[in-house]
Formats: sequence, structure tokens, C-alpha cells
Amino acid sequence: MPRLLGVDIPNNKKVPYALTSIFGLGLYRAQLICEKCGIDENKRAYELSEDEVARLTGFIDQSFVVEGNLKREVQANIQRLKEIQAYRGLRHIRSLPCRGQRTKTNSRTRKGKKKTVANKKIARK
Amino acid sequence: MSRSSKKGPYVDLKLLGKVEEQKENGKRQPIKTWARSCTIVPDFIGHTFSIHNGKGFVQLMVTDNMVGHKLGEFAPTRNFRGHAAKK
Repeated sequence: MPRLLGVDIPNNKKVPYALTSIFGLGLYRAQLICEKCGIDENKRAYELSEDEVARLTGFIDQSFVVEGNLKREVQANIQRLKEIQAYRGLRHIRSLPCRGQRTKTNSRTRKGKKKTVANKKIARK
Repeated sequence: MSRSSKKGPYVDLKLLGKVEEQKENGKRQPIKTWARSCTIVPDFIGHTFSIHNGKGFVQLMVTDNMVGHKLGEFAPTRNFRGHAAKK
């Protein structure tokens, strides 16, 4: 299996789809990369030659921010919001949704698994 | 939806005027404002604002990484102190 940009080992899917397993590359970019590097879209990842792998790695490296660097960039942006105490930063600190969604119900992605409060309805009366 | 970039950022003109006035005469006292939707522009850096949050005023010293945000983002309108503890 070919190894691209350090940790990523895409499997035996077609090249563009294999590339999407890299953090920061979606299908759009993956197809663009294949086109720019002159690689047949129907080729499977395991069929890539050393030379082609090198070409892909080089192109991705200089065109996009991916993987660790991208993750760090995102974290830095969130950190900035927290530091300046902006509304969005405060929401991140509380791990609540930042974009104005309702929190009376749902928002389970941010809030985590349901924490049941015993006698909640009775206590309110 | 985000604002059309053609229009440029929304800056409260009255507020901008006050900032410029302060810049000229060098006085630096908090500017009271209700213009929460006003974007922070580079001219605001170093100035102090008192931003209305619906109840009182929150003081804010503008620093350079606040540029591009709105004033209201720094004056929370809700005050959540946690749920009532069980008796």
C-alpha cells in the first residue's frame, strides 16, 4: 500500500477516493489533484508507481494544508476565539454549539451523551 | 448569511467619529455605545468601549486580534450561573 504524507496509507480504492482519507482533502480536491498530477481517475491506489506517489506528495504538500498542520491551524483559530473572550470562544469553552443552534433539545454532538437529571419535571413545579 | 463583501464592513459612523475625536485630543476614556453590531476596525485598537448588553455596560479594551469581530461578541447578553442545586 502506498504511503502519502507520513501517516496516511490509503487502501485499494480508486485514487481520488483513497486520497479523501487524508484529513483536509475532500473529493473535490482529490479529483483536482489527480487531474493536475496526470493520474488516471480509475487507477487503484495500489497500482500507483513510486514516481506517481512522489508526484502526488509533492503537489499536495505545496498546494494544500493537510493533516497535522491543518488540525493545528483549526485549534489555533479556536484558541484565539477563547483568548479574546468572544461569544464563539465562550461557547467553545462551554462546549456548546457556536452558531446559534437551539440547546433546549438536541445539540448532542457538542454536549455529549445525555445526562439525565432525576425528578427534573417534578422539581420545576 | 454573511454580509456582501461589496458593501464592506458595517461600522457605526457615530462611533467611528467618536474614536477619531479621541485620537485627535488624546483622551482615552471608555466610549459608551449601544452599537453592538458595529464591526471592530483597526482604528479601534487601543480604545476602550463600554458596550451595552441590555442591562448594563461591559468594558472592553480592544486589541489587535479582535479586529473583524463585532462589538457585541464581547458583551454577553445572557448570564447563566448553572442549574439550581437539589435541596
